[in-house]
Amino acid sequence: MIYLQLFISYLKIGFFGFGGGYAMLSLIQNEVVVQNAWMTNAEFTDIVAISQMTPGPIAINSATYVGYTVAGFWGSVVATVSVCLPALTLMILITKFFLFLKDNRYVKGLIAGMRPVVIGMIGAAALLLMFPSSKEGASFIDGWSWALFIAAMIAAYRKVNPILLIVLSAAIGIIIYYVPAL
Amino acid sequence: MRRYWELFTSFFKIGLFTFGGGYAMIAIIQREVITHRKWIEEQEFLDLLTLAQSAPGPISLNTAVFVGYKMYGYRGALTSLVGVALPSFVIMLLIAAFFTQVRHNPIMDAAFKGIRPVVVALMFAPIIGFTKGMRGYTIAIAAAISLIIWYVGISPVYILFAGGVVGVLLAALRGKEVKR
Repeated sequence: MIYLQLFISYLKIGFFGFGGGYAMLSLIQNEVVVQNAWMTNAEFTDIVAISQMTPGPIAINSATYVGYTVAGFWGSVVATVSVCLPALTLMILITKFFLFLKDNRYVKGLIAGMRPVVIGMIGAAALLLMFPSSKEGASFIDGWSWALFIAAMIAAYRKVNPILLIVLSAAIGIIIYYVPAL
Repeated sequence: MRRYWELFTSFFKIGLFTFGGGYAMIAIIQREVITHRKWIEEQEFLDLLTLAQSAPGPISLNTAVFVGYKMYGYRGALTSLVGVALPSFVIMLLIAAFFTQVRHNPIMDAAFKGIRPVVVALMFAPIIGFTKGMRGYTIAIAAAISLIIWYVGISPVYILFAGGVVGVLLAALRGKEVKR
């Protein structure tokens, strides 16, 4: 039964998707393309590209898209709910433990030891976007990119609303890259 | 009912503007959850990010569950999770149903050429806030780790695990105070 297959596949993806985001890609690809043959590699590449244009984690984006393509509206609901379930249950457990034990010496030590790693991970993700391994979908393409980046750094430092920055940058992108091509 | 609605709308906003992977939303969450609503404190937020990193699943979902559960228990967790996941669900559903060709749309393409460098800036900006009040050597360790992950390409999961082990060992050795 297709709903059950979607449920199991996306439960797996939600459960084993450590490291977030693009670390999950190969896992999703394995389930969707290799194991179940719900789509071809080319279609999967399309989903990745669409996910980069839509908000939210790629796990949810792919769940909704694949679920809909394979089994219609209810397919997308089943896949999306099942990819969220592990995060919901595991994170509630972790939060409970943390709120209960946060003054424990060892828990404090554990978190303190992981803290610089988490900051390093955020830095590494930003560096990867700045200097990608391939030109495809690169974040920085010309002088305008760097100008926008520097302006956004200053604005963010001055506590300008990040949502406003995203909306403005989309408008500026259209003015710079689309309007002259008309 | 009103408090659930606040939780829902806050995380709906966060879900709607999280482009470019989980880290891009850190700046948005900081504004919404810490500055605006004062649901959690800046220092607690870094702890929360650490927990969200060490659990499976997307960071945005994990963060939503943590804040929701801390505020109003199970119902809170469910409320914020639905809030953060709903925008991507609806948008992807519409694309899958009607606009499969969206990725070849030149206007969208131009808009994202503008958004991408700004998302990178939104990832760097919170780091400056996190390192405030940290000791120099901790900042140096964080910088070194980010270079290692970026340049060598080691899976961050191992380094996160190693960091946790070192932290617990230090706590056991020192007795009480731990590095910050």
